[in-house]
This record gives sequence, C-alpha cells and structure tokens, in this order.
Amino acid sequence: MIEAIDLTKRYAGRTAVAGISFAVARGEIVGLLGPNGAGKSTTMRILSSFMPATSGTVRVAGFDVFHQSAEVRRRIGFMPENNPLYPEMRVREYLKFRARLKGLGWRRSRERVTTVMEQCGLTDVSRRIIGQLSKGYKQRVGLADALVHEPDLIILDEPTIGLDPNQIRSVRQLIKSLAEKHTVLISTHILPEAEMMCSRMLIMYGGKILAADTPENLQKLMAGNSQIVVEINAPEEELRAAWSQMPGLLKFDLAATDGGFQRCLLTPDDSVDLRLVIFMLALERGWVVRELTRNRHSLEDIYVQVTNPGEEEEN
Amino acid sequence: MGIILTLLRRELAAFFLAITGYVIIASVTLLNSLSFVVLMTNLGSSPSPIPVTEMFYRTYFFWLVVLLAAPVITMRLFALEKASGTFETLMTTPVSELQVVAAKFAAAVIFYLVTWLPMIACLSVVRHFTNQAGALDAGTVGGMYLGIFLVGCLFLSLGCFASSISRTQMGAAMVSFVLGVTLFSLGFLAEALPATAQWQSQALSYFGLFEQMHDFARGVVDTRTVTFYVTATFFFLFLTLRAVESRRWK
Repeated sequence: MIEAIDLTKRYAGRTAVAGISFAVARGEIVGLLGPNGAGKSTTMRILSSFMPATSGTVRVAGFDVFHQSAEVRRRIGFMPENNPLYPEMRVREYLKFRARLKGLGWRRSRERVTTVMEQCGLTDVSRRIIGQLSKGYKQRVGLADALVHEPDLIILDEPTIGLDPNQIRSVRQLIKSLAEKHTVLISTHILPEAEMMCSRMLIMYGGKILAADTPENLQKLMAGNSQIVVEINAPEEELRAAWSQMPGLLKFDLAATDGGFQRCLLTPDDSVDLRLVIFMLALERGWVVRELTRNRHSLEDIYVQVTNPGEEEEN
Repeated sequence: MGIILTLLRRELAAFFLAITGYVIIASVTLLNSLSFVVLMTNLGSSPSPIPVTEMFYRTYFFWLVVLLAAPVITMRLFALEKASGTFETLMTTPVSELQVVAAKFAAAVIFYLVTWLPMIACLSVVRHFTNQAGALDAGTVGGMYLGIFLVGCLFLSLGCFASSISRTQMGAAMVSFVLGVTLFSLGFLAEALPATAQWQSQALSYFGLFEQMHDFARGVVDTRTVTFYVTATFFFLFLTLRAVESRRWK
C-alpha cells in the first residue's frame, strides 16, 4: 500500500526526515512511534501529498505522491495533528461538505455520511455545531471525515491526543474496527497505544527509523535481559555468597529494606527462569520470601532504549 | 465545477454564519449612510448640477469603505485555514489549488456586493424625493455599480494575496491594508510629479483609482480602465495561486 524509498525532508537548515525507507502492506495497522519531533508528522504530510519530499520517492497504492498527487489524495483519508475542523459548521453538514470535496456524488455522499456517522457514533450529534462538541466527539468527526470516501489508506496523526481515558478507549476501538477494510497508519508517542492497536510498529527517532517489527518480536528481542526481583529475609553475607555461587546469574544488587528484608535485583544471563532455583534455595535455608517476580522488558524499555541511546550509555 | 460550488457554498456560509459577516455589513452601511447624510446636507443648502452618484464618490467615505472592508473581508480566507490547520485537511482532498482560489475569491466578491446592497435604499430615497430624471439615471447608476464591482475585485484580489502569504488574520489584514493604500496613493503621485517626468506620470496615471472611479460615477466606462482593473485583479489572483502552490516547491 505504501512504499517509501529513501525519503528525506529538509527544512531550512534542519533535517526532519533523513532517508527513511519502509513499506506497508494492504490491511495492516502500522504504528509510527517516536518522541515529539522525531519526524512522524512530516512523514505523514508527505504521504498525504500535502507537501513534497526533498528527495526520495513514495508510492501510495502504486501512485507517486508528488506526480500523481490527485490520484493519491482520492485514495487516502488523512486526519492531521490536532484534528482541525470548521467550528462554525454542523456535524452532518461538515461531513457532507467533505464527502463532496472528495468527489462523491450528491446521493452517494448522503449515504456515506449516514453510514460513517453510525460507525463513529455521531448520529446523536448530527445537528450540533462542531465548535460546541466535546473533544472526544470532535475527534470522531475527524475520523468520520477520514473514512467518508472509503479510502484504501487511512493516515491518522496522533488520533488520541488530549482525550480522556474513556474517549481514548472508544477511539481506539473504532480504529481497530477499521482494520478489516482499510490499511491504517497511525502516529503516536504513547507506547501502550501502539502496542494495543498495531500489527507492526516503526520506531522513529531523529528522522530515522530505528526499529521496525511486530510488538511481539520487538519484545522478544529484549526478553533475554529480563530481571528478577526478590525480597528475602536473610543475613546479607550469606545472601551475597548464595547469589555469587548461583549458576546462570550475571549480576546482582542488594539493598536492605524494612524488617530485615533484602531487596535483590538479579540479572540472569539468558532467558533461564531462576525463580524456581531461588525458591528452592530459600526453602532449604529457611529464609522467608515475600516477593519473587520477573520483570519482562516492556516495550517501554525498548522504546526508551532505542529512542534515547545517549542516556542509556551514561547509565 | 461541482467542487467549486461546494467550496463556494462553504465559504459563503462562513461569511453569513458568523457574527463578523454582519458586523462588516453593518459597518459598511454605517459609513455609506454617513456619506449619504453629508451629501444630503450639502444638497439641501445649495443645488448642484452634477449627478448624485458622482457627488457620492467625491467624498472620501467610498474609499474608506473599500480600503477598510476589502482587507477585513479577505483576511480570513487563507490565513485562518493555515492558522487552524484546516488548510491541511482541505489540500489533502482531491481539489486543485485553482479551484480553492477561485471559490474563495468568488465568495469574497459575492459578500462584498451584498455589503453594498443597502446603498440601493439611499438611491431610492434620492429618487423618491427629487422627482428629477437627471439626478439619477440608469447609465450613471450602472456605471457606479460597475465601478464598485471592479474596484472591489481589485482590492479583494489584493486581500486574497495578502491572506495567502500570511499566517494570521491580523497579519493578512495589515498587509492588504498597506498594499491597498499604496496602490491608492500611486494615482496621487502622478499628479505630484513634475511635468517633465513624461512617461512616469503617464504610467502612474493608470493607477489613478480615484479619478477612474470618478468617471464610473459619471457613467463613463473607459475600456482602458476596465482592462486595467481586470488585468490587475487577475495578476493578484495569479500571485495568490502561486502562493498557495508554494508549499509544493518549498
């Protein structure tokens, strides 16, 4: 659906996107993930053929976004950052206006507007003035607009920004439901969101794509470095001795907490599960254990590690 | 064409659904009525041989209206869309820049003409009370409205251009006001030039908007003047189009 090859965008004196290449297949929900200023919005603006790339080519549904811009625009539904709308218009009127702009006939646009309003839960507010709607409803109006002409590709720039948790939930649900018929590209800087909605993630930082894979694979990549947390009531010296003799344990950290307990952070060398060994050891020595957990590296750690390499090294 | 009409409808709705549209209409009407009152007071004290429409344009109220109203009408057109981000949603639909510029300009012209409608009441007052055919005939009234239309188109196209290069409405209004006043003043410059400056004053005299409007109000339609207005309007619309397209080659 999308093929981007060596895409670069330079603004005066600043490179926003530095030679990225990626492809998105039909029917995927792909998350473009990265901190603010990573080049996500710029990439999306180029994809939606709002502005041209400095160099590199992008094809959407086989059409070049610059040379066949009108063809591309017919096939995409784009919701820009902050979801700009005309506040003085009514919901139905706005959607109809947008449908007509996107080349739908009079009758067809009426049908489609009714359909997308049902799909996005806007039927109750169809006569309301957009400027007076709550943010959640406005967001749905933006989504309905992106859907109204049944585009092949839907591009959503930060679709859940500024919403309350309930609204975020309903918008997410809506986006997930789109996957059956459309290809969706979503940008976000909120990781759990991408984790929940996307079948694949592209992590962007400083205008480059640093990692691209499914959420599961990205997690697996880092799973070897999981950590074990133990809180155990034992004399410190004995504990240190036990840890240093334990096979498969790379690194450990001890810290005394209340009531004579020691909080230990253990790093095993591979994905061996040391929890059983630890339990047996405690049982054997008669030590009391009040916590024994394994911290899997969450995607958040991967995200931080990938997008913040400098800080990681300092630690 | 369908797309232009859709865009035009939305632009007109934006004028008439917001309070600003009515504020503009009210202000223009107020200025025109003041002008009318001044005119009537003068006429009451001494009779005049020249047509009423011509006297109307001798006052500076008319130019005040054009110079002030055009920037206020047009400032919103592109600058607001850019500031609020709707420019992005608009330009990522399959509409062309030409369609957008044409629709916005047409909407501005239609709105501008609507603001002049209350003036008809003033004319009918004249007609009702003078009972003289010479005071108001079809030719002079037609010439006057043609003048209003052409001058309006020029200043509105200027305003469109200013709006297309500005990020905020205030900026757009200021740029178009400064450009408008400059254009308006060029004609006076021609008069101020020494007689030796032949071609300069000849060239500048084409910009004598004040004198040209005077002709229209007398019912004189000079093709040179009409050509000048039409050309200048298209020139500024062309610049607007280029400015709107500019994001594609930046």
